[in-house]
Amino acid sequence: MHTLSVLDPVGFPPKVTRQAPAPRLDTLDGKTVYLVDCRFDDSDVFLGQMRAWFTEHLPGARTVLTRISSVYLHDDPTTWKEIQSRGHAAILGVGH
Amino acid sequence: MTLETRYGVPTVAVHTDMFDRVVRSVAQVNGMPGLRQVFVPQPIMGKTPAQLRAYVDGRDPITGRAVMQEVVDGLTRPFTDDELGPLDFDRSTPRLVEPDTEDNLHRLFLHNRWTDMLPIVLPTQERVAAMLAHTRRRPDEIVGRMRSTHFREFWAYTVEKVAVNAVMAGARPDYFPVILALAATGVTARSSSSSAMAAMAVVNGPIRHEIGMNAGTGAMGPYNHANATIGRAYGLLSQNGQGGSVPGLSYMGNQGNGYAYTSLTFAENEERSPWEPFHVGHGRKPDESAVSVFSGVRATSFTLGLRERFWREHVRNLLRGLDPNGPPTLLLDPIAARQFVDRGGFTKKDALIDWVHDTALMPAGEYWDYQLVQNYIYPRATFGEEPWASKLTAAPDDLIPMFRREDIHVVVVGGETNGYWRIMGCNYQKTATVDDWR
Repeated sequence: MHTLSVLDPVGFPPKVTRQAPAPRLDTLDGKTVYLVDCRFDDSDVFLGQMRAWFTEHLPGARTVLTRISSVYLHDDPTTWKEIQSRGHAAILGVGH
Repeated sequence: MTLETRYGVPTVAVHTDMFDRVVRSVAQVNGMPGLRQVFVPQPIMGKTPAQLRAYVDGRDPITGRAVMQEVVDGLTRPFTDDELGPLDFDRSTPRLVEPDTEDNLHRLFLHNRWTDMLPIVLPTQERVAAMLAHTRRRPDEIVGRMRSTHFREFWAYTVEKVAVNAVMAGARPDYFPVILALAATGVTARSSSSSAMAAMAVVNGPIRHEIGMNAGTGAMGPYNHANATIGRAYGLLSQNGQGGSVPGLSYMGNQGNGYAYTSLTFAENEERSPWEPFHVGHGRKPDESAVSVFSGVRATSFTLGLRERFWREHVRNLLRGLDPNGPPTLLLDPIAARQFVDRGGFTKKDALIDWVHDTALMPAGEYWDYQLVQNYIYPRATFGEEPWASKLTAAPDDLIPMFRREDIHVVVVGGETNGYWRIMGCNYQKTATVDDWR
């Protein structure tokens, strides 16, 4: 049986090293949760409804609805620093 | 991921369910396979607040658990070792495929999604060596890096990897410098955008004639070996060089795009154009060979010639048919190009581009309501980026330009069998010099 030797067409991926996530909170009571609108399609409407859920079901958690500073393609250190200094957790949405 | 790793903020990301495999894959290749992600039904766009509240109160379509229970758990439940994943991921790429019969190798390439689903030429060492003989560059030299979308990691590819994909596409070895130049742009021809993008490549300079490219009749169709296989090689290199283009995983174009088969590659008809060649307008000399790449390449409108009485209105109508986020590149047969000179007095290409900019107008209220304007332009406008910020001051009925002037381009292509011409909605990305890769 005749066989051929051919080359692999796939490129070279970067090395991946495990990243450590942030420690989780014990509870959301008394904490500030940022709801971050990534400004994609109607994400703001969706997050408004999620905020309403928090008001009804977890009134002890304070929610802040905010939007990223530009389009989702850009990093947004201004918003991330605000959340870091004034908040305890974040919910980002909605990736389509 | 940035909030978690750089700012130490526990975070949950909410996505629509169609993106389940994509976002899990992105999290994994960024070293966080257990990133807390919650899914709601697709679409979000156009749903009423009550419908979206039902999403919030409902269940995650992927896991079947209550959406808000997953959100709260995601912020409060500690990570297990399994969720954190291994310290390092093995992601090596071999140089050679395990030897096998011709039929089995064809099946393997198809199974691994290394092809565009059309038959390929198997990249034997002899064929790849013949391709490599047409550049002075070393086989192990890194040509560039690509990724399918902003959130994915860049993969690298060497001269040899580009040659492998060029062989697969059926390209002749003397086309190789053009293919290397395309690879060197780092602009993928296999974007994963849900908008179903493709690429377009315009070749200028002496290389067009050296390798027999077509700028005339049928230039954008399946009638020239160099046009067809150079563009196909660019596409195959993109999907393999960036680590894949798999529907549902690393390709999300909702309808797909037929232009992607050959990345709409053609030569400009410089000899019959009334204006300077495209590459000269982008910093190259007339006797240099260059290739220019465009992305998007979705919307097309067309017409025949320019009528004496209403040509301005007809062109305006074509322009209004484009989405404002997909600016116009006029692809003009030489007959139509000369009509623009005769009717409009556009002896310079810049004058034509100025006129297109000033003609493509739309009421501000309509403009800002476009979904893609809301997604990609409005946020930049609200933070002061011009020229969009100034448009925000316009009243809803005021006419404002649909496109930035610098995003409007003109290319002359066609064989003068008639004066048909078209407008391609696309984004110019980059011009690369072919001579650097000879």
